[in-house]
Amino acid sequence: MSTGNFTRRGLLKTSAVAGAGLALPTYLSAANHSGFTNAPGDSTVTLGFNVPQSGPYADEGADELRAYELAVEHLNGGGDGGMMGTFSSDALKGNGILGRKVEYVTGDTQTKSDAARASAKSMIEKDGAVMITGGSSSGVAVAVQALCQEAGIIFMAGLTHSNDTTGKDKRANGFRHFFNSYMSGAALAPVLAANYGTDRKAYHLTADYNWGYTTEEAVKSSTEAMGWETVAAVKTPLTQTDFSSYIAPVLQSGADVLVLNHYGGNMVNSLTNAVQFGLRDKLVNDKNFEIIVPLYSRLMAKGAGANVKGIFGSTNWHWSLTDEGSKAFVKSFGTKYGFPPSQAAHTCYVQTLLYADAVERAGSFAPCAVVEALEGFEFDGLGNGKTLYRAEDHQCFKDVLVVKGKENPDNEFDLLEIVEVTPAAQVTYAPDHPQFAGGALGTCNNGA
Amino acid sequence: MDAIILQILNGLDKGSAYALIALGLTLIFGTLGVVNFAHGALFMIGAFCAVTLSRIISVSHTVIDETRTDFLGNPMKVEVPYVHGWFGVETGDALIDWAVPLSIIFAIPVMILIGVIMERGLIKHFYKRPHADQILVTFGLAIVLQEIIKYYYGANPIPTPAPEAFTGSFDFGAMLGFDPNTIIYPYWRLVYFAFAAIIIGAVFAFLQFTTFGMVVRAGMADRETVGLLGINIDKRFTIMFGLAAAVAGLAGVMYTPINSPNYHMGMDFLVLSFVVVVVGGMGSLPGAVLAGFLLGILESFASMRQVIEIIPGINQVIIYLVAIIILLTRPRGLMGRKGVMEE
Repeated sequence: MSTGNFTRRGLLKTSAVAGAGLALPTYLSAANHSGFTNAPGDSTVTLGFNVPQSGPYADEGADELRAYELAVEHLNGGGDGGMMGTFSSDALKGNGILGRKVEYVTGDTQTKSDAARASAKSMIEKDGAVMITGGSSSGVAVAVQALCQEAGIIFMAGLTHSNDTTGKDKRANGFRHFFNSYMSGAALAPVLAANYGTDRKAYHLTADYNWGYTTEEAVKSSTEAMGWETVAAVKTPLTQTDFSSYIAPVLQSGADVLVLNHYGGNMVNSLTNAVQFGLRDKLVNDKNFEIIVPLYSRLMAKGAGANVKGIFGSTNWHWSLTDEGSKAFVKSFGTKYGFPPSQAAHTCYVQTLLYADAVERAGSFAPCAVVEALEGFEFDGLGNGKTLYRAEDHQCFKDVLVVKGKENPDNEFDLLEIVEVTPAAQVTYAPDHPQFAGGALGTCNNGA
Repeated sequence: MDAIILQILNGLDKGSAYALIALGLTLIFGTLGVVNFAHGALFMIGAFCAVTLSRIISVSHTVIDETRTDFLGNPMKVEVPYVHGWFGVETGDALIDWAVPLSIIFAIPVMILIGVIMERGLIKHFYKRPHADQILVTFGLAIVLQEIIKYYYGANPIPTPAPEAFTGSFDFGAMLGFDPNTIIYPYWRLVYFAFAAIIIGAVFAFLQFTTFGMVVRAGMADRETVGLLGINIDKRFTIMFGLAAAVAGLAGVMYTPINSPNYHMGMDFLVLSFVVVVVGGMGSLPGAVLAGFLLGILESFASMRQVIEIIPGINQVIIYLVAIIILLTRPRGLMGRKGVMEE
């Protein structure tokens, strides 16, 4: 007669343990086997694209998603390979990532921090995404970055321009390719001095949230350093649609420059209102009145129509760049979708390649291995010249574009012209720069 | 002094939009007793009537320009509007330039039709339901309408400029003896204010001086008695819903050059317009107009840098603050009638 240890009590214990195991989120159970969250299987790897698919930035999100789909196609060996052919690293072979076919899931950030965290959490826990990327707002980037740090997932930020993303809110598991407010200020100031002189009085209108504050601070300090005076800086509610009551008093203040620290719909409306008020036709302090938009986006400029003509701003990348990487990307994207990519699409595409490349070079999907591969990584051929992913804050340092609204656009995409490519050295700052003070990277997290 | 005049002027166009939307809301509430949260969406649809007509007028055919190349290096495809071929370049360009004012003619029938379909198709089923149900269903309808617009027109604002003749601004300062450039006001905003005044005047005249208006006013006062007199008041109220939709739509059409329209512009105005209605007095048409301009001007004053420096954040709460004060001192609003929303 068998005396095996199959007893009622044993069965209950086993069932309880099994039940508890099944009840665990998938990312915790996966970690038990591999040492990191959401270790991929042998055949596929899943990436999570968290972009605004609804809400006011949905068009920008749609362009990000197009870029991600293109990147996945190229990583899996499809299409013409895009920037993989111009990328200075040759680790990517077009056979997926570490031989695994790349698959993806998408989430909708709605450009709301809580919704973005919920969609990222769902992609991590339910879909097993090993990396999260995307977004079109700094609030979202900071929130999702913190979540990824806790979960032991790599976060490759999309469009986020606030200093805080790689400043006081930086995290070891988070990386930003996009430029930031400080860089905009540093790149713009010399161009503004050359075009408008060093004796100017500036009036700032600033969106009343994190990105607005850091942009205002960056542009103020850069322009004041070259001799400009800041007459006033007024916060405007993020929900504001008609800016007339904020713009009308500008001329009374004696200012001869208006700086619009606005993005998206805010920028479109404030710029449209400012032009309606005829500010640019005025002569103040014996100088032509000027308007500046520190962060330009082609998609947003389209909304402002002819009002952007002649107005200076900065941008991370533009499709009219003529380097080999940009040309390859524009050709791939344009052939597939019929129009040129936006700067949001570019940064998202590049971030996906950079992540895949880091995994290949590290030989592992483990977040800490990827972090090590990306920290201090120098590369070229991805559209912004020689670029460094700085180890101290996980910020990319590369050339920044100063652009101007084109006077005679050829078509609906031809809205901005590149005035200057500001070299990376001119926009580089010390890791402990006051505008980035506070916060610490901490240590990378592989997950449970 | 010049700063005060400037903010009064600024408040006028904002107040015009509030007044026009609140007027429509009050018409619907006064006649049908429905709290219509989809009214902001009607304002938005009106704006998109202007976008649509502007696109219709600009419909183009493609011509290949071999002398230029596109972003991929292929020969450039140039869009040539059909109106150039039909009416000549000059007249064609003038038509495109005047698309927004022309949209008024296009928007009136479209908006009346949408209003009538909305009322007959959905809202009439909620007349006898509690206000909470009406708010839920009309708010849901507003979301559906804005998602439809987003699907077809995208999420980004669409520039819809005013005719060339109305660009630039008028220097009131120089006219009133102040320094030049101290009080400037865009021409189109003056047009908007004048347009709003005409529409408001026309609605009041229609209600005051026509038999139809008299019956509607009687119905607003006592629906049952008017019904007992053998008058089909429901039919008239449906027409009033269409009229209110047209008023909101026209407010939206003319607003497009002020701010590039986008799919959620209706929601931006809706909540404030409701505050305007409540402050003006539920069901009171003159109250809605008065409160619209009053709150528009107050909002402008609260946005002044000097005011924000003394009371930070006042620009974001002023309307609600004033609403609380008015409702505490006059619970029925500025011109509210006894018995409305008081059962």
